[in-house]
Amino acid sequence: MALYLIRRVINYLILTAVATSLAYLLASVGLNPAQPEQQRHPRPPQIVIDHLLDRWGANPHVPLIERVWVWFSNILFHGDFGISVQNQPVVTLLTTRAGVSLQLLLIGSIIGAILGVVLGVWGAVRQYKPSDQIVTYASFVIYATPVIVMAILLMVLATGFNQAVGTQIITFSGQYSADAPAAFWPQLGDRLVHLLLPTTVLILTSAASYSRYQRNAMLDVLGADYIRTARAKGRTRNSALIRHGVRVALIPMSTFFAYSFGTLVTGSTLLEIIFSWHGMGEQAIQSIQQNDINGVAGATFFVAILILCSSTLSEVLYAALDPRVRR
Amino acid sequence: MTFEAVEILEEENRETAPAEEPEAARVHRKGLSRGGLVWRRLRAKPRFWIGGIAIVLLVLWAVLGPLFTPWTISFEDVNYFNYPPTSLHWFGTDLLGHDIYADTMAGLQKSLIIGFVAGPLSTILSAIVGSIAGYIGGKLDSALSWFINLMLVLPSFFILVLLFPFTHGSWVIMMLFLAITDWMIMAQVIRSQTRSLKEREFVKAARYMGFNAWTVVTRHIIPNVASLLIIDAALGVGGMILAETTLSFLGFGVQAPDVSIGTLLSNAEAAAVTRPWLFFYPAVILVVLLFAINLVGDALRDAVDPTSGVNRS
Amino acid sequence: MRENAGVASVSRVRGRPLLEVRDLSVTFPQRKGGDVRAVRNISYTIAEGELLGIVGESGSGKSVSSLAVMGLLPTNAKIEGEILFDGKSLLTMNDRQLSDIRGKDIAIVFQDPLSALTPVYTIGDQISEALRLHDTALTRRAAEVRAVELLKVVGIPDSERRVKAFPHEFSGGMRQRAMIAMAIANNPRLIIADEPTTALDVTIQAQILEVLEEAKQITGAAVSLITHDLGVVAGHADRVMVMYAGKMVEMGTAEEVFYEPTMPYTVGLLRSVPNVRTASTERLVPLEGRPPSLSDLPVGCPFAVRCPAAIAECLEVEPELLAHGQAQDHLSACHRAGAIANGELARTDIFPRPEAHIDSAVSHGKGETILEVTDLKKSFPLFTGAVVRRKAGAVHAVDGVSFSIAQGRTLALVGESGCGKTTTILELMELTKPEGGRIVLEGTDVATLNKNSRNALRADIQIVFQDPAAAVDPRLPVGDVIAEPLLAQGVSKHDRDDRVTELLELVGLDPAMADRYPHEFSGGQRQRIGIARGLATNPKLLVLDEPVSALDVSIQAGVINLLQDLREKLGLSMIFVAHDLAVVRQIANDVAVMYLGRIVEYGPISDVFDNPRHPYTQALMSAAPIPDPREERSRHRVLLDGDLPSPSEQIDGCRFRTRCPLYKMLDPVRDAAARAKCEQDDPNLRPHDFVEVACHHVDRNKLLVD
Repeated sequence: MALYLIRRVINYLILTAVATSLAYLLASVGLNPAQPEQQRHPRPPQIVIDHLLDRWGANPHVPLIERVWVWFSNILFHGDFGISVQNQPVVTLLTTRAGVSLQLLLIGSIIGAILGVVLGVWGAVRQYKPSDQIVTYASFVIYATPVIVMAILLMVLATGFNQAVGTQIITFSGQYSADAPAAFWPQLGDRLVHLLLPTTVLILTSAASYSRYQRNAMLDVLGADYIRTARAKGRTRNSALIRHGVRVALIPMSTFFAYSFGTLVTGSTLLEIIFSWHGMGEQAIQSIQQNDINGVAGATFFVAILILCSSTLSEVLYAALDPRVRR
Repeated sequence: MTFEAVEILEEENRETAPAEEPEAARVHRKGLSRGGLVWRRLRAKPRFWIGGIAIVLLVLWAVLGPLFTPWTISFEDVNYFNYPPTSLHWFGTDLLGHDIYADTMAGLQKSLIIGFVAGPLSTILSAIVGSIAGYIGGKLDSALSWFINLMLVLPSFFILVLLFPFTHGSWVIMMLFLAITDWMIMAQVIRSQTRSLKEREFVKAARYMGFNAWTVVTRHIIPNVASLLIIDAALGVGGMILAETTLSFLGFGVQAPDVSIGTLLSNAEAAAVTRPWLFFYPAVILVVLLFAINLVGDALRDAVDPTSGVNRS
Repeated sequence: MRENAGVASVSRVRGRPLLEVRDLSVTFPQRKGGDVRAVRNISYTIAEGELLGIVGESGSGKSVSSLAVMGLLPTNAKIEGEILFDGKSLLTMNDRQLSDIRGKDIAIVFQDPLSALTPVYTIGDQISEALRLHDTALTRRAAEVRAVELLKVVGIPDSERRVKAFPHEFSGGMRQRAMIAMAIANNPRLIIADEPTTALDVTIQAQILEVLEEAKQITGAAVSLITHDLGVVAGHADRVMVMYAGKMVEMGTAEEVFYEPTMPYTVGLLRSVPNVRTASTERLVPLEGRPPSLSDLPVGCPFAVRCPAAIAECLEVEPELLAHGQAQDHLSACHRAGAIANGELARTDIFPRPEAHIDSAVSHGKGETILEVTDLKKSFPLFTGAVVRRKAGAVHAVDGVSFSIAQGRTLALVGESGCGKTTTILELMELTKPEGGRIVLEGTDVATLNKNSRNALRADIQIVFQDPAAAVDPRLPVGDVIAEPLLAQGVSKHDRDDRVTELLELVGLDPAMADRYPHEFSGGQRQRIGIARGLATNPKLLVLDEPVSALDVSIQAGVINLLQDLREKLGLSMIFVAHDLAVVRQIANDVAVMYLGRIVEYGPISDVFDNPRHPYTQALMSAAPIPDPREERSRHRVLLDGDLPSPSEQIDGCRFRTRCPLYKMLDPVRDAAARAKCEQDDPNLRPHDFVEVACHHVDRNKLLVD
């Protein structure tokens, strides 16, 4: 099994390398970092622009394939992701912003998954009862509400709440307030308050899809022969469902985790923009807007690594849950 | 719409399990074709009618709605900057005096066109790639599977963002890009379905009769995954609308002066508290549209697979 | 009358009644259309230590009635009547109260042991669970020790290691043994075995029935054995109950039901089943039609429309279950039962044997060889693990098979699953150069064919598959399905349509049905469609892959008769792959018995079956159940040990050695040389009288039969 996983990870790594190189290539062709410089008043001399382009590894006179290789080999051999248009090493950007994004993603995926699984199981076992209906329809509505709409709606509601209470209780711009007291508890409280709205959106959206999926997986096993066997051995219906059903119905969730992770990353990117979090998603979007090839490529690389991790994790989970795929 | 596809895969596999006695008995008695059976089950679902009627109404509104207003998307009414809804400007106006009703209608039209073109397009792409990879197998299959995995390294949203410079601001090109970045998972599903169909006796029989690969795929494989494809196309419509909205919201989709629901939401973002009408109308229409499409897709899935979800006792 | 029935059946019972079912009805309400009435007013008792056989075709309600006893029916089922277990009423108990009885006093063995075991827990955990649920004082460790013991009892070797295995690591037979271990864990007083051997091969079936008998001896439990196979109950049941369309239609001792049936359905069923001892001497009696829909039952007797003995009354009044002969507890639900019992209505007259078509007017030019296969080999790369696709050698699925077929003759390939019989015919159908050996069809070596000549030759060899539901594309009307081979041959639309009409008539279907879709047909009709498609191009050779094994017994006979008629009429040659020896004997001229990719015995069918010389053939013959209680009880059995070895396993010498009962009887000292021969020499087919046998010790095989 371990050997198999290593082979899979190596395969993913190759795919990641190819994909990020292609992304760099796309960005190099599509973006023109010289453009903002050329539009500056007064226009800087061509030699200065060329110098900058060389610094960014984006000189159009160098063959494209060579630029891709230089970028790639610099990462591989020196851990160097190049220089951003703000003349900062992209590595620095990556390290500062990765934490911000991970905060959102981890909280969103873990709490969302657990909540969704619990609701899904609960709904399936209580099929057709009012509580199941409520959960089903709620997840349906949430599922149809785009992250953008939900985020803006929550901001409106939070503002309304603050106005009603009379003070700014819920703050939702950025990761923290600049003026929060420096002590540990106020700092923590301040960060938690800032987390409230974006994580709520992420948790709700992922819980909605997890619960629908888990409910279906659970309904699949309700009629399974082995549930009947467990009951024939002397378990009550509910006990057989919990002990045998849930355990088996969890297996497809490991695959779903990998599939849903991409959606989660997209969602958190939007939330970073809407709630002004300076994370990796924001970095990617801003870099495109600023014609920053290295910035785009760095952020893409980060996302690809995240997807790699989630795919690997999902396979580990799968093997842990299902003895049939173990060796 | 990725997870829908996976779900469908699970369900289609289940479909090969022997039907329960009562169901079998009913089928025999009525003597319906499979399509008829699906339609009969679909017809009985309120979700299908609610969703379907809502979609039809929205389409009608998008087509006829603009005829009833004198305003167009680019017209700036200098007398009404930032006006809440009135009898003149039904959905109000924005900072520059644009009529929100006219903008929303234009956005709805665009959403519907993009959804109904790009959704089925990506399904067709996945059907072609999936069935060919699955049926021919061997090296071609390995190559296509590798390519699919490569496309899946980045979420399609990021690929679309990277492709933005290549759209040159055209939403039609963006629509095509949407289609070619969202077929991979369905192609994997179709591929695995094809591989199991290939082992089914009627496909083997066709092969032993001497039919070539193309005939077997078009005559036996595609019709037998048609239900999956229809569901995917239906749900894909919603997925594409959502993707377009997201891209336009960030500025990577429809470009000014043209509008879409995404650009409207983007404009409304900062003003949602102070001028809620900017946000409210496009948001509600978008949610209703997505909700309706999901209802229809869900009802379709249940109708195709009677053993799934709500049909089970 | 129902009181009557209850009292009557109790009187002959030896022990105290353990389970009493009174007037039980099970209905599945439907939102639309008529409710499905799966079981209607049945009453029976099972005494302590008794074995009751419950026989019926699919949809007869035999399983539903037993699940009702266990309280395991879906919640929407409406259950009426009374079920008393040891005097306690089960239907008034709630799930919790029932769960104390389930697994402790009443245990059940299900049909499909793969889906019946939870895939994610080990076999040991699942057996321990059964123990600990009813004995909370039992420690985890003690339960595991007991689980190992139980696995030993049901004959799983190396049980200390196997107890830690997951269900998917077990073979079908071992899983079913594990299910039985679970069932007997708490010494139950009643074991319900619901089609326990249906999914298994015949030699494994014999083993499992043996284990079940043993379990019965050890626990002293009563057993209710549910099956569709009359042969399975014949040798084991004390009493037999026959069900049809949710009704109990006949009940009596095994002898009464098998030798003096008084319900025409039972009569027909018994006459339609081929018997491996007597088959091929006479034609089978087909039981035409199919059971009524359970949601739309007729007014009178549900069997009336299929019953040749039906009178007007049968269509109006549903007969009650009554005693008709001298035996007061031999009951049957038939208006004509009295006449049948007293001999007024002869059983052979109700279902007379049909005459064979003897219009083989076409001169067939017999004797000419159609197909010659020499030393055919086919291997598959072996991958280990489900996701971990690693090549770990090759499976030699077919390893040097040679046979030939003459015009107008039928060759049967028999053997258990995994013996390579299906691989052999699929390899034939490819019409390409085989991996090893030669295939010569009508004098043409298929290795020499090009694309066009291959497609032309395909017209001469056609295949009929096992599962009539899977063999035809569900999305094409049957006319298109049948015309498909013609389309492939480039026949014009007009000619295709004409031929379809002709073919539908040929297989006994209404040509007007050509526009209908496959799912509107019953299993037997669909198989006729499959046969019509196989005949479309007028092939010289028809290959049939288990063509009747997916059909209910009453339907089988009609399809077999059809195949026999077609062979006579059209001068067809056939390759018939099957695992049911009785069916094979009914239809084939020659037989090749396969084991692990080789032919072990080959020759004219009567020679092979009447005097099997290879120990494997002997075991197969003795494992095939015979629908005759006396014969079944008195016959000597050659039981095989264990399962088919894994195909990747390397076995030196004779491949059958690991399971060979003859090899086992050879004395390690006295017969050292003979044993060594088995261990080192791989036997080839050698002629013995009219047959060829691949065994070194054919001269000793009498040892087994004595």
